[in-house]
Amino acid sequence: MQARRKSDAPVGSLEQLYAAKEIVIHCGSGGVGKTTTAAAAAAEAAIHLGGKVLVLTVDPAKRLANALGLEQFGNVETRVAPEAFAAAGVEPRGELWAAMLDTKQSWDDLIRRHAPNPQTRDAILANPLYQNLMGRFVQSHDYIAMERLYDIHSAGTYDLIVVDTPPTRNAIDFLEAPARMADFFSSRFLRWLTMPARSRVINFASKPFYTVADRILGSQFLEDIAEFFLLFQSMYDGFVERANAVTRVLGDRRTTFVVVSTLESSPVREAEFFIRELHERHLHLGAIVLNKVLPKYLLDQQATAVAQRFGSDAPKIAAALPVSADTSQVERVLREIGESFLNFQVVAKREAEIRAELAETPEVVATVPYFDSDIYDLEGLVRLGDKIWR
Amino acid sequence: MTGLLERKLIFVTGKGGVGKTTIAAGLALLAAQHGKRTLVGEVDAKGNLADFYEVGETSFEPREVVPNLYAMSMHTEESLKEYLRLQLKIPVLARIGPLARTFDFVAQAAPGVKEVLTVGKFLWEVREHHYDLVVVDAAATGHVVAQLAAPQHIRELVKVGLVREQTGWMIDILDDATCTGVVIVAAPEEMPVNETIELRDRIATETNVDVAAIVVNRVLPELFGRGEEEVFDELREPDKEEALSKAAGGPVTAVLDAAELAVRLRRTRAGHLARLREGLGPNANLLYVPELFTRHHGVRATQLVAEALGQELGF
Repeated sequence: MQARRKSDAPVGSLEQLYAAKEIVIHCGSGGVGKTTTAAAAAAEAAIHLGGKVLVLTVDPAKRLANALGLEQFGNVETRVAPEAFAAAGVEPRGELWAAMLDTKQSWDDLIRRHAPNPQTRDAILANPLYQNLMGRFVQSHDYIAMERLYDIHSAGTYDLIVVDTPPTRNAIDFLEAPARMADFFSSRFLRWLTMPARSRVINFASKPFYTVADRILGSQFLEDIAEFFLLFQSMYDGFVERANAVTRVLGDRRTTFVVVSTLESSPVREAEFFIRELHERHLHLGAIVLNKVLPKYLLDQQATAVAQRFGSDAPKIAAALPVSADTSQVERVLREIGESFLNFQVVAKREAEIRAELAETPEVVATVPYFDSDIYDLEGLVRLGDKIWR
Repeated sequence: MTGLLERKLIFVTGKGGVGKTTIAAGLALLAAQHGKRTLVGEVDAKGNLADFYEVGETSFEPREVVPNLYAMSMHTEESLKEYLRLQLKIPVLARIGPLARTFDFVAQAAPGVKEVLTVGKFLWEVREHHYDLVVVDAAATGHVVAQLAAPQHIRELVKVGLVREQTGWMIDILDDATCTGVVIVAAPEEMPVNETIELRDRIATETNVDVAAIVVNRVLPELFGRGEEEVFDELREPDKEEALSKAAGGPVTAVLDAAELAVRLRRTRAGHLARLREGLGPNANLLYVPELFTRHHGVRATQLVAEALGQELGF
C-alpha cells in the first residue's frame, strides 16, 4: 500500500474526483443510501465525463435494479439502454454499465480459475462444506466483492468503476477481507488441520489448545474441515497472491473512497470511524456524501416566527384571510402546519449539529436533499446526481 | 399467542438504519419499568446500545443501568471462556491469547461457531432463569438467520463432541414460541419493507423460531384531517399565500413548503406501509412507533419509544 500522497491536489467537487479516479468505492453503514448514491454518481459520470462507466452493486432495491436493467442479468455486466437516458431527458457522453454481485457465482468462478486440475475443481464445487461455507462464511461477501472489483478492473474494460460495498456488521470488514483471506490460508491452524492425521495426533499431545478444539468440535468434524481445506490448499499460492493484489488495488492512487452517511448519530459515528481507518491505512478519502438531509429552510428564523404565530394566533390570522373555507377549519390547518414545521425543525437542528462535527474534514462534502418520494428510475437517479455532482 | 413481554427471550433485528437498537433499548426499558428483571444485550461489541441509556460503555459483564435493567455487550472470546468454564468444565486458561487466535480460526473455518457462542450466552441466561426477560439487539437482517440457526447448523455439521451435546437444550429454548420470539424492526421505506418480508419468510423456512412481532418504526402521523387538505391547497394559491404572509407578519412559503414535504413523506411511507401489510398477510402482529421529533437520540428518545411500545402492547 502506498503512503497517502500529500501532493494530491484538493478536489472541489464530485465531478473532479470521479474524473481523476478509476475506482470509487462507496461505503458507510447500512441503510444510508450507498447503492443509490453510487448509481447516481455513476450515471452522472457517464453523462458528463464520458467513457465506459460501470456501477458494481451488491444488493439493489428491486425497482432500482430494474431501472438499471439488472433484473435477469445478475453477475453479468449489462449496458443501461441509451433509451433509458433519453427517457430521462439527457444525452450521455459515455456509456453506463451495471452489474450485480452474485456471491455464490463469483466464488465458483474463483475456484474454477485457481483449481490446479479439473478433479480438484469438481471436488470442491461439490463439497457440501464448501456450499455451506461460502453461503455463511462471515467474510465471504466482503472478500468476493473486492475480488470481483479487482477482476473487472484488471480486465481494463472500463474507464471508471463505481462500487457499492456490501452491508457489513462493521464497515471496515471489507477492507480487511483480502488480507484476512491471505492470513487464513497461511494460518497455523489450517496448516495443523491439513497435516496428515498421524502426525496431527502426535501434535495433539503437545498443543493443549488443539485438544480443546477437538473436545469442543469433535474429531470427525475437524477431519471434515481438514479434508475440505486440503483441497483448498492446492490453490493456496494463487489465492494469497490474488488477495495481495486486491489489497494493492485498494491502496492504489487511482482508487478513492466515498463515505456515505445520513445525519443520524449511529451512521455518523460509523462514518467517523471509517474515515479514521482510511487514514490509518493510507487509503484515499475522496468525499463525504451526506444523504437524506432535511431542507435548510427549516432553520430559517423568520419562518420559525411564522410557524409559532400559526400556533398562538391562529384565530386572528384565519379571520384575516379571504378564503372560502370555514374559519375554524382554517385555524386547525394553520395550527397543524405550524406544529409540523416546528417538529421537523427539531430534526433539522439535530442534523445541523451532527453535521458540524463532521465539518472538519477537508474533503468534498456533498449533500443530498431529502427526497420525499423513492428513486426508482434513471430520471430519479439523475435528479439526485445533479444535486451532488458539481 | 403468548404476549410479547410474556416471553423470556426476544431477538430484535431489522435492516441497518431502521432503528433496531432504538427499539431493542425501548422494549427492554418498558419491560424493566413494568417490574421485569431484564437483560438487554447487543451482539456487536462495537455497537452503541449504551448511548440509548446514556450510561457509559457496556461490557460482557452485565451492569444495572436503570433499576431492573441490566445491559451487556457480547464478546465472543469472553463468551468462550465462560462457556468452557461453566459448560464443559474446562478450567480457564491463564493465557487466553493463543486460544483466542486458534478460536478465531476455528470460528472462521466452522460456520456457526461464533454465532453459537453469541446466542448460546443469551440462551444460557434464559435457561438459568437469571432474568425474567432477555432482549437481544441481534444482528441485522443479513446475518440474523445465521445466528438463530447456529445451534441447528452445528448439530448438522458436528456429529460428536461436547458442542453437539450442548445444542440440544439451545434448540429447545429457541423453538419454544412461548419462550422465544423474534421482533423484526421495519421502517416504511422501500428496502426495509422488502427485507422485512423476506426475512420473515426466511426465518419461517430456515428456523423454527417464532416471529413474535413486526415493529414499524418512524410512522408519520396524518397531518390533515378530513377536508383540510383542500383548505391547505387553497392557501397555496399565490394571492392567498400573500394574504397569509400579511396576516402572519412574515413570509410563509417555508412553512407551507415544510407542510407539503410532510404530506408527501407521509404519503410515500403510507404506500410502503400498505405494501408491508399486504406482504406479511393478516396474521402478522404489527406494532407502530411514530416518528419521534426528539432533540437527541439519547435516553429521552428511548423513553418515548418505550411509551409508544407500551401503548401498542396495551399497558
